[in-house]
Amino acid sequence: MEALWLSVRLAFCVAAALLLLGMPLAYWLSQTRWRGKFLLETIVALPLVLPPTVLGFYLLVAMGANGPLGRLWMAWFGHTLAFTFAGLVLASMIYSLPFAVQPLVTSFEAVDPRLLDAAAVLGAGRWRAFRQVLLPLSLPGVITAGILSFAHTLGEFGVVLMVGGSIPGVTRTASIAIFDRVQALDYHAANRMAVALLLISFAVLSTIYAMNRRVWSPWPAK
Amino acid sequence: MQVAKRRITILALLLFVCGVAAPSRAQQGRLRVAAAADLQTAMPEIASAFQRQTGTAVDVVYGSSGNFFAQIGNGAPFDVFFSADSGYPEKLEAAGYAEPGTSAVYGVGKIVLWTPAGSRLDPVRDGWQALLDPQAKRVAIANPDHAPYGRAAVAALRRAGIYDRIKDKLVLGENISQAAQFVQLGNAQAGIIAYSLAVSPAMRDGKRWQVPAELYPPIEQRAIILKTSRNLQAARELLKFVIHGPGRAVLAKYGFAPPAN
Repeated sequence: MEALWLSVRLAFCVAAALLLLGMPLAYWLSQTRWRGKFLLETIVALPLVLPPTVLGFYLLVAMGANGPLGRLWMAWFGHTLAFTFAGLVLASMIYSLPFAVQPLVTSFEAVDPRLLDAAAVLGAGRWRAFRQVLLPLSLPGVITAGILSFAHTLGEFGVVLMVGGSIPGVTRTASIAIFDRVQALDYHAANRMAVALLLISFAVLSTIYAMNRRVWSPWPAK
Repeated sequence: MQVAKRRITILALLLFVCGVAAPSRAQQGRLRVAAAADLQTAMPEIASAFQRQTGTAVDVVYGSSGNFFAQIGNGAPFDVFFSADSGYPEKLEAAGYAEPGTSAVYGVGKIVLWTPAGSRLDPVRDGWQALLDPQAKRVAIANPDHAPYGRAAVAALRRAGIYDRIKDKLVLGENISQAAQFVQLGNAQAGIIAYSLAVSPAMRDGKRWQVPAELYPPIEQRAIILKTSRNLQAARELLKFVIHGPGRAVLAKYGFAPPAN
């Protein structure tokens, strides 16, 4: 089913992108002693509180043909950012940001700073210390961040509804397609898709959780 | 362990790259249509008939006219917009989004009072009185703030003199489809919905009473071709098909009166 595949693709892209871009941010938040840190933490947490349709509407305005981001994108690529898969990825990244950054920050902060100091004393630069000390020790947190971003994006509706335009094969994700079928009073089709989505989500998440203990943790499994 | 992690990282990166770079369904020659929710019964027939006749596939997205208005105003890539009213297309035309000269009324909608088949409430027998029955705890209509069918429902209720007596029982659907869904699933005991939805397979067994047309302003449904369409030729053909061609018969089948001219 096209819509299901689209949802899964979107969720993977967003989870990967958020891990990539969220890690520098989380690293900085965990290591900095700046007094204004709480402001940035608040901004990161905002998508948790904003209603998705509201967030979606303002992202639509920003990414649409008349908005700042939309016009920039148009100048680079010749078409709008809203109503494209790329636009959905960007919108979902903002929507799922706290789900990636917060677990990352928590797990980075849990690493004993003396280990990082020891690495520095032994001559490791910050990037090397990050790669070889901080990251391996916080891998469970990184995996959690990835899983949460994936799951959250899979279930996304309000933002996709506003910014996506429900274009089949491009932005009509499973959640939109299910809603469409319900609106059309076609409950059989809606049920089928919902069950499929549930099964896929269950399969993906349980696989990662099962591996979490044995593959990712540097300590022996409990 | 190192090898496994590396492989998984590479796999993840590949998935990411594939995801972003993957080509989506080819757009050549397909028309993208934004259609008001009340067209859910008529438009699929029209779209497949059009495809059989011209070979051009039509992808239809259904939703509330107000939402499409907001999206089109921000560059949504539709070729044709079939609204449930005239207001939204006129505003889009005034703002320069419509291809000049393409705005046209394609049909006039009707509202009906509807209750499920097994309901004790019978609008066919009692008309408006069915809404005053204590069994009718909730009455579903589309949101009059932005949904054309909701506005018509409220206008009719006021003209019939019963709006004040039932306004506390009203539940509002985001669009006429959601209103129909409320009453069809039993969350509301009665609803004022579009005729075109009342004759859909899911609802045709219910009891429906056509609200007298003089009680509400005519729901003149207008379509426009969007200036940003990449398929103007096909879009014009579709509009002609709907208004002057076989589309007329399909719309009539679902209760739309032909345009006044």
